[in-house]
Amino acid sequence: MSPRKFYGTPPPGADPDSLGGKLIVIEGADGSGRSTQIAILNNWLEQNGHATVQVGLRRSTLVSAELEQAKKGNVLARITMSLFYATDFADQLDNIILPALRAGFVVLADRYVYTLMARALVRGCDRPWLESLYGLAVVPDVVFYLKVSPQLLVERNFQKNDCLDYWESGMDIGLSPDMFESFMKYQRLIEREFARMQEQYGFQVIDGNRTVRAIAADLQKRMESVL
Amino acid sequence: MKGALIAVEGLDGSGKSTQIYLVKRWLELEGHKVFLTEWNSSVVVKSATQKGKKRNLLTPTTFSLIHCTDFADRYERQVLPLLRAGYIVLCDRYAYTAFARDAVRGCDPQWVRNLYSFAVPADVTFFFDLPLEVALGRILSGRPKLKYHEAGMDLGLSSDPVESFRIFQGRIYREYQKIVEEFHPVVVDATQSIEKQQEQVRQIISERIDLAQYRWRIQR
Repeated sequence: MSPRKFYGTPPPGADPDSLGGKLIVIEGADGSGRSTQIAILNNWLEQNGHATVQVGLRRSTLVSAELEQAKKGNVLARITMSLFYATDFADQLDNIILPALRAGFVVLADRYVYTLMARALVRGCDRPWLESLYGLAVVPDVVFYLKVSPQLLVERNFQKNDCLDYWESGMDIGLSPDMFESFMKYQRLIEREFARMQEQYGFQVIDGNRTVRAIAADLQKRMESVL
Repeated sequence: MKGALIAVEGLDGSGKSTQIYLVKRWLELEGHKVFLTEWNSSVVVKSATQKGKKRNLLTPTTFSLIHCTDFADRYERQVLPLLRAGYIVLCDRYAYTAFARDAVRGCDPQWVRNLYSFAVPADVTFFFDLPLEVALGRILSGRPKLKYHEAGMDLGLSSDPVESFRIFQGRIYREYQKIVEEFHPVVVDATQSIEKQQEQVRQIISERIDLAQYRWRIQR
């Protein structure tokens, strides 16, 4: 087993030589179909005899409740918010991702450090600072980026909820007092950051403007070369 | 930046909190705009830190990050705006505390330095230097019930809290010594009397900071 790579300095106790398994990341905006695709992929993997575990944003035991609270109150400034999310990520990295890879599991990550970096960058955080911070992240075996046009994202968001999400519309950064316009502008900014990261981190861009079935088949085909 | 930032660092029991409190009293009684902030005191982050500590959920990385989150919250919402508004901001522990503690817990020193790089360096940092045995004596005689993380129990150094505390503080002290060499803070001999130390501290602050510009313009 070749040692696992990290983007920068591995966290204490990571022991890169001991890490097998697979880390599969699915990135994409809210409404890009991530959760649906992860559920399908999970079934497919288990059907083929792979043990899986899932991680995602705001799912840590340590700070998920506090992050929910902070989101509601809108009281945290950008660096604090970034660090809070980094804590949430590191908690899952140390306690779920690394132990699962050590045990040979397939880890399915519903978003990863890229979303956290994109959000922070759009809010003016320093790029080298973020790269050092998230240097603790283990490099995934594959990153699928579900790319969906902002127009379709809006439709899917309205289908799912009655209104656009405050944070997914970037209302905290004052792009526009009009929520629809803010959403469109914010999603474009995020998309631009993803486009920048695409090459650096080797994302596989998946056309998310297709049917659930077509995307699932595409992902499964790509997964075969990963496994 | 119009403000001035003064930080104190040192081992538990070194008397730094007493000294910075006396600096605060001195400055405010002389009519200056002054604000004191303490390590690990952000209201927003506190419940997460407490939960993590109580249930022993923290790893070296999350321990580091949650304390940095606390620091950032105080920094972004208090320290930075106050500095920009022309205050003298006093910090009971600043980034060096994290550099020392996180290094002892095994975090990469450069990673931790980068982590705190968003914070402006203090204009003056005082390191209250007390021989390890004296610092240990002060804490162990006055407050025999040590908290789990305070004693460094998470490092598995010893199952005895007092013994663990001794080893842990010894390591922190060695990290502080490296930091003193790297950043050259003002080293205060903390074996001296409180009055003597305070006199020295006030002297240095008066020399390095133009205090006149931090007076309240409107007399209250």
